[in-house]
Amino acid sequence: MNDFEKLARLACPLPHNDDGVVQMAHGGGGRKMAQLIEQMFLPAFQSDTLAQLGDGAVVSIGSERLAFTTDTFVVQPPFFPGGDIGSLAVHGTVNDLAMCGAEPVALSLGLVLEEGFAMADLQHIVASIAAACSEIGVSVVTGDTKVVDRGKGDGIYINTSGIGRLRSGIHVGPQRAAVGDAILVSGPVGDHGIAVMAARNGIALQTELKSDSAAVLPLVRAMLDRVPTVKTMRDPTRGGLATALCEIAVSSQVGIRIDESAVPVRPEVRGACELLGFDPLYVACEGRFLAIVPAEQADAALAAVQALPAGAGARRIGEVTEKESGRVVLRTRIGSHRRLERLSGEQLPRIC
Amino acid sequence: MRYVDEYRDPEAIRALLARIEATITRPWTLMEVCGGQTHSILKFGLDEILPSRLRLIHGPGCPVCVTPLEQIDRALAIASTPGVIFCSFGDMLRVPGSQGDLLLAKARGADVRIVYSPLDAVAIARQEPSRRVVFFAVGFETTAPANAMAAHVAARDGLDNFSMLVAHVLVPPALEALLSAAGCEIQGLLAPGHVCVVTGYRDYEPIAARYRIPIVVTGFEPLDLLRGVHAAVVQLERGEARVENQYERVAGIDGNSAARRVVAEVFSVCDRKWRGLGEIPRSGYGLSPAYAGFDAERVFGLADLRVAEPTDCKSGLVLQGRLRPTQCPQFGKRCTPEHPLGATMVSSEGACAAYFHYGRTADFVAAEAGA
Repeated sequence: MNDFEKLARLACPLPHNDDGVVQMAHGGGGRKMAQLIEQMFLPAFQSDTLAQLGDGAVVSIGSERLAFTTDTFVVQPPFFPGGDIGSLAVHGTVNDLAMCGAEPVALSLGLVLEEGFAMADLQHIVASIAAACSEIGVSVVTGDTKVVDRGKGDGIYINTSGIGRLRSGIHVGPQRAAVGDAILVSGPVGDHGIAVMAARNGIALQTELKSDSAAVLPLVRAMLDRVPTVKTMRDPTRGGLATALCEIAVSSQVGIRIDESAVPVRPEVRGACELLGFDPLYVACEGRFLAIVPAEQADAALAAVQALPAGAGARRIGEVTEKESGRVVLRTRIGSHRRLERLSGEQLPRIC
Repeated sequence: MRYVDEYRDPEAIRALLARIEATITRPWTLMEVCGGQTHSILKFGLDEILPSRLRLIHGPGCPVCVTPLEQIDRALAIASTPGVIFCSFGDMLRVPGSQGDLLLAKARGADVRIVYSPLDAVAIARQEPSRRVVFFAVGFETTAPANAMAAHVAARDGLDNFSMLVAHVLVPPALEALLSAAGCEIQGLLAPGHVCVVTGYRDYEPIAARYRIPIVVTGFEPLDLLRGVHAAVVQLERGEARVENQYERVAGIDGNSAARRVVAEVFSVCDRKWRGLGEIPRSGYGLSPAYAGFDAERVFGLADLRVAEPTDCKSGLVLQGRLRPTQCPQFGKRCTPEHPLGATMVSSEGACAAYFHYGRTADFVAAEAGA
């Protein structure tokens, strides 16, 4: 046996492909969750609408086009700087409707409460839900409450579903991005993920940072009023900006190129990411969106968003290229390039 | 951001690249020892902008990657024992053992917890006196002081429900194993800066002399790495072979004496089996006789567990820099971060993970270099 053969014998084990049980990464918003959706859910439900994998579905009733979406919230801890599970549950669902180009009409609210959860905390969360609804101008019109035994839940889980009416003349979808389009982001990325992480036990991270949890609807309205030809919108929640771009690149079968120096990231988010070994491009936002717009309208769309205080941090970060279909490439500050892949594994579990 | 941005400054990087270009007259092959350095090189695309005559090969400096299968299997056996709280750094959780990984054990009911500091595991032991708490002490010389401190604190506080599964390894013996192997192509080494912060770098001087190669203590930011490359290339071009420090801002010749003291108190040097390199004499740390009561292998009666390393994945070659990750026929096909064949694909310091995560396929680099 020569040296090379000897070395080749020192090797790693066979993979254990049959997971057999659900793991945290199946809900992490990354590759493993995508596999679960593609391999289990899509074949089971055989729905062309579902298969589009947008933030919400667009369904037609007569001549009316409606957006319909649902989201479940398991964030830990339920109260964090800049928000709580209640306001987050409203923002998340309303943002998903906004990403379809819809105006919200009605929300449902499903609560799973654990026996022993403090009534004062519940009261606080309900008030937060009401305040978020009132700010957006949407109502909770139906709901459901379940309680599980102490130790069988984790305080509180919330599901919200939402129905919205599509704005006329607006046609957005994850498959509509085309070569030459510009890519915009509505503000600095990663605030939510790092704020929740810092609020957790076990992380000695002191920061003034607040979650970006907010309804993006006013920004989206301002942009669509000015530029109705917006092609694609997406809110970069779990998996962050990079994963959202990868999903768009695959859905639209295009290549995407972004500039590292153009992506807005707050210094405190960058600092926390350096400490914790995260990449801000993969950290969740809950009050930002990506928009893909025809290049000639990019300045107008950006100006419309930036004109509002919540959109002051919006930036143009890149473009859709025809090269390398389905790939997202980052141009680094030092002029080199690297590919951005979807989030792999779970970066920050239970962030929303 | 201070202390980071100045080491990523595009102007300074371009200037240093020009100096490297002006210095290099022949092809040279350097190995960056540490997996953290490998990840920086790929994350910042330094392989794309360095002169093509300079070849960087990736070293074994990923502690998760070199931890042998039997130690993972011991971890799984301990974690699956009723009543145990098994604490580990997050990296270790996705490394495949013979029967699944720690994440799967967790999904099946084991109490596996990610900690960010070994002292957090000690705190858990203090809070849960009725549970046995085990910390998976993995790492090179860099993490040894903090892990030693965990045992020190547990002993001081008389915590008899705390123990450690130790898989500590040492850099210099591994470098000697690589440099003395037949067909070794390494002409210069970028030594691991953070290891040297703890140990200093006197131990590297006999290696530089014996194998006649330059060894440059190097940091992790782009400018640090380029400084390391430049210093190594200058030495090679001049025919020199000495230890040089390009990471003066944190690494000194004698290291950190307080850290070395607690390591010497808690650990003693022992033989270790490395995944990819095999058994290397005096290449790791085990708990010293005074701390033997904290040895989880003894507490759980697993010291005799032996598992042969199977033959399907080529990470042994990757860890020695003899195979580039993308040259492995399984890379990105049967072997992905979701279904890794080996630890090099899942560790945040693993070379295969870096190539996969940063999409560094051969055709990509060629396309971007030409674009």
